[in-house]
Amino acid sequence: MSSKKDWPLWEVFIRSRQGMSHKHAGSLHAADAEMAITNARDVYTRRQEGASIWVVPSDQITASTPEDKEMMFDPANDKIYRHPTFYNLPDELEHM
Amino acid sequence: MENINLLERFDAYVAANKKIEPKDWMPDAYRKTLIRQISQHAHSEIVGMLPEGNWITRAPSLKRKAILLAKVQDEAGHGLYLYSAAETLGIDRDELIQQLHDGRAKYSSIFNYPTLTWADMGAIGWLVDGAAIMNQVPLCKCSYGPYARAMVRVCKEESFHQRQGYEIMMTLANGTPEQKQMAQDSLNRWWWPALMMFGPADDNSPNSERSMRWKIKLFSNDELRQRMVDMTVPQAEMLGLTIPDPDLKYNEETGHYDFGEIQWEEFYNVIKGNGPCNKQRIATRKKAYDDGAWVREAANAHAEKKAKRKTKAA
Repeated sequence: MSSKKDWPLWEVFIRSRQGMSHKHAGSLHAADAEMAITNARDVYTRRQEGASIWVVPSDQITASTPEDKEMMFDPANDKIYRHPTFYNLPDELEHM
Repeated sequence: MENINLLERFDAYVAANKKIEPKDWMPDAYRKTLIRQISQHAHSEIVGMLPEGNWITRAPSLKRKAILLAKVQDEAGHGLYLYSAAETLGIDRDELIQQLHDGRAKYSSIFNYPTLTWADMGAIGWLVDGAAIMNQVPLCKCSYGPYARAMVRVCKEESFHQRQGYEIMMTLANGTPEQKQMAQDSLNRWWWPALMMFGPADDNSPNSERSMRWKIKLFSNDELRQRMVDMTVPQAEMLGLTIPDPDLKYNEETGHYDFGEIQWEEFYNVIKGNGPCNKQRIATRKKAYDDGAWVREAANAHAEKKAKRKTKAA
């Protein structure tokens, strides 16, 4: 019977206050999105931690795989010239 | 061959204090041990609501009642953070709950003791939550990312639990002689079970070494127990209450308090299911779960109905 099925899993993102981005807080089970938001309010914002909540079905998230970590992120390692400190400029130079 | 390489990388990674995340490769035994440890911890939060729930309707004032409600609600929240962390290791919530209900999973033995007087709400906050904090603070740095993050949230909230408990004890200890006696009686009953919360003595804790290597246990049981005693003795003195241990004595040489022998027979007996409240706790949990079945089903039916309406409208 369908009504016996487990509630799906949701990932919860919380904006702590206006001006900040939503940040992953954790996950929870709920029958639908609306109830997921209500549950998230009770589970993750009991001490005024939130000004806004996003919930996303966990199975809708596409993630990079740990095996691809090197391929994905290592290419940035040898490009230190992308950082401002790479450039040697005279100390007297101001406002730069 | 591949596995040996992965295992070496895993060991080196953990040794370097780096975090393991859900999709990273991990040894099966690490996964299994963590599921057991995290779920046991989650179950303790959930069952831990029961001894205190006993006093919500009988709290001595509206203020105390609101505080106790908030504390018990926190514990439900802590259980949920921890169940979610366990689920990242590939086990279902439903399976976790079944394991608790049919006795395959354990929870902290402390919650099998009864809460006989209002002072027990004080002693539990002060000693039981105190011991829990002692255990949990190091786990904020454990090697498994979701567990460590859950522990950070739990520890932030747990501090209020301990402080409100101590305040209850303080109020009673400064009250009438009868109230002070009630606080003393509560300390007498909770002291030893609280020390047992740290688990068996080190020479009797077979998996400790491996868990420490894996950084899912950061200090030994006896180390944490000693810290608890050292921290609590001055707090009891400040209350004017006496810790029920004739062997308790400050040791100038070690800089620690020596304390008496723990009755391990009692500990193992409670763990085996023969504590004063084991059967009652599990029966209450099962009843709550079964009585809530219609709510879970109704929520599903409501969600299905709404989803259908949405497709029709589209």
